[in-house]
Amino acid sequence: MKKNKIVERAVHGVFLILGLLTLGCVLLITVYLIISGIPAIKEIGLFDFLFGTRWASTAEEPSYGILPFILTSIYGTAGAIVIGVPIGFFSAVYLSKFAAPKIKGFMENAVSLLAGIPSVVYGLVGMLVLVPGIRTLFDIPDGASLAAAIIVLAIMILPSIIKVSMTALEAVPKEYEDASLALGATPVETCFRVSVPAAKSGIAAAVVLGVGRAIGEAMAVMMVSGNVPNMPSLFQSVRFLTTAVASEMSYSSGLQQQALFSIALVLFLFIMLINAVLNFFLKKENC
Amino acid sequence: MLSKKRKAYITAMKTAMYISVGLTAALVIFLVLFVFFKGIPHISRELLFTKPSYTSGRIGILPDVLNTLYIVLATLILVIPLGVGAAIYLTEYAQNKKIVGMIEYAAETLSGIPSIIYGLVGMLFFCQFLGFKTSLLAGSMTLVIMNLPTIMRTTQESLKTVPQSYRDGAFGLGAGKWRVIRTVVLPGCVDGVITGCILSVGRILGESAALLFTAGFAHALNGIVEGLASPGATLTVALYVYAKEQGEFGVAFAIAAILMILTLLINLSAVLVSKHFAKKRKL
Repeated sequence: MKKNKIVERAVHGVFLILGLLTLGCVLLITVYLIISGIPAIKEIGLFDFLFGTRWASTAEEPSYGILPFILTSIYGTAGAIVIGVPIGFFSAVYLSKFAAPKIKGFMENAVSLLAGIPSVVYGLVGMLVLVPGIRTLFDIPDGASLAAAIIVLAIMILPSIIKVSMTALEAVPKEYEDASLALGATPVETCFRVSVPAAKSGIAAAVVLGVGRAIGEAMAVMMVSGNVPNMPSLFQSVRFLTTAVASEMSYSSGLQQQALFSIALVLFLFIMLINAVLNFFLKKENC
Repeated sequence: MLSKKRKAYITAMKTAMYISVGLTAALVIFLVLFVFFKGIPHISRELLFTKPSYTSGRIGILPDVLNTLYIVLATLILVIPLGVGAAIYLTEYAQNKKIVGMIEYAAETLSGIPSIIYGLVGMLFFCQFLGFKTSLLAGSMTLVIMNLPTIMRTTQESLKTVPQSYRDGAFGLGAGKWRVIRTVVLPGCVDGVITGCILSVGRILGESAALLFTAGFAHALNGIVEGLASPGATLTVALYVYAKEQGEFGVAFAIAAILMILTLLINLSAVLVSKHFAKKRKL
């Protein structure tokens, strides 16, 4: 009997540790980013780091201002949202409320495929289709630009927006719609004036999820954005927060490397903020 | 009769919906066809079954295929027990609602963190602090953290479908908690683990940013033990290096086509598996 009790205790302990593992991982990531990100900010100065407009990490007199990266990440994400959200939203409404079962089935698989395609494949196709396309269409010397990155990001956030919005729309109680139809509204009016407002926190969550995806994407953006630390402008080569970290990490050292960790810390803070907003909408949806 | 204004509204909304769905469908079809059209002609036996040779300038992706396989295996072997254990703790042991809430919030946070940050922390912690150097093992450890929430969530979902009466029955017969978990709870979570594995494999196959600094980009041909201890590129990382750094677009598209086929297969198996389990549950 006593042996049994010891075994039970030990098993309980093991499962407790496993349960707390995710918590430990989050702590590990947070602590590591803060510890490695703070020194460079201290040395450069918070204001000069965040609002400096010049990034020249390998110059003789190095300058570490990340405002171009922050703005590029914000503009890029905003652009992707402006293009991706309407397309995703209307697709989700059509698929959840109007599509014939066969079309719905096909499109659901298509959207899953879109979600599953590795980001480097998007980058590759972007490099060979979008970049030359933008170059010839707008007659600029190099097509690798913010515009190309925005289009790639818009495509990459589509699946999350469509899937999450569809789930929210399908959870709208049938009675709401029946009542609206009985009052003489057409199906389209019912859908946009009753179902969509009823699912609005779920749709908001979808948009926030898209923001998170877009701001965190590194590889695809790296392949199409040209990777030059300019202030953001639509048809110029730009560098995002993510690509700033990725592009110099392999050969950096000293203060330059520490500054890259600080960039990662800034990115992490953005993501934590987005997570908090996302959680707010998800909780609202569940109530 | 509908007023003119209402009619215009309905037409506008309908048009917006048709255009959006049409665009999405066209996009998917274009992507698949473009990648296959550009990639499949470059897939050859030589490409698939040799390693790159600098003397003849030939490129082979066998090492990258093997590295991907090693990393998938190593990650799954590590992440399954951890994720299943965490799920069992949450559904069977945890009583404090606050702790459960915190763990679930942590899992959500983990799934929102961008892979480049995982790569960075993985490099600092596994490669430098724990001394694994740049190696496939360090890469798969990093992926373990990334995929932990997935396995945990899918296992949790399937544990919720194990009827409480089964547990009560086992307890009533005098079984201890550990015995109940072993004999009643664990068999019930097989569905969730399989679904989680499929999702994780998809994510591992597509991952690149987290592996760039943890697993590196070597193309050496190794056995699994040696391979895990040394740096190596997976298919996605190899695609990136060949396209961006070496301008070998033929090889890059061949890899892209292979990845596309694998993604299709993974999605197909996910659909089949979920159908199978849904049927089983109904019986």
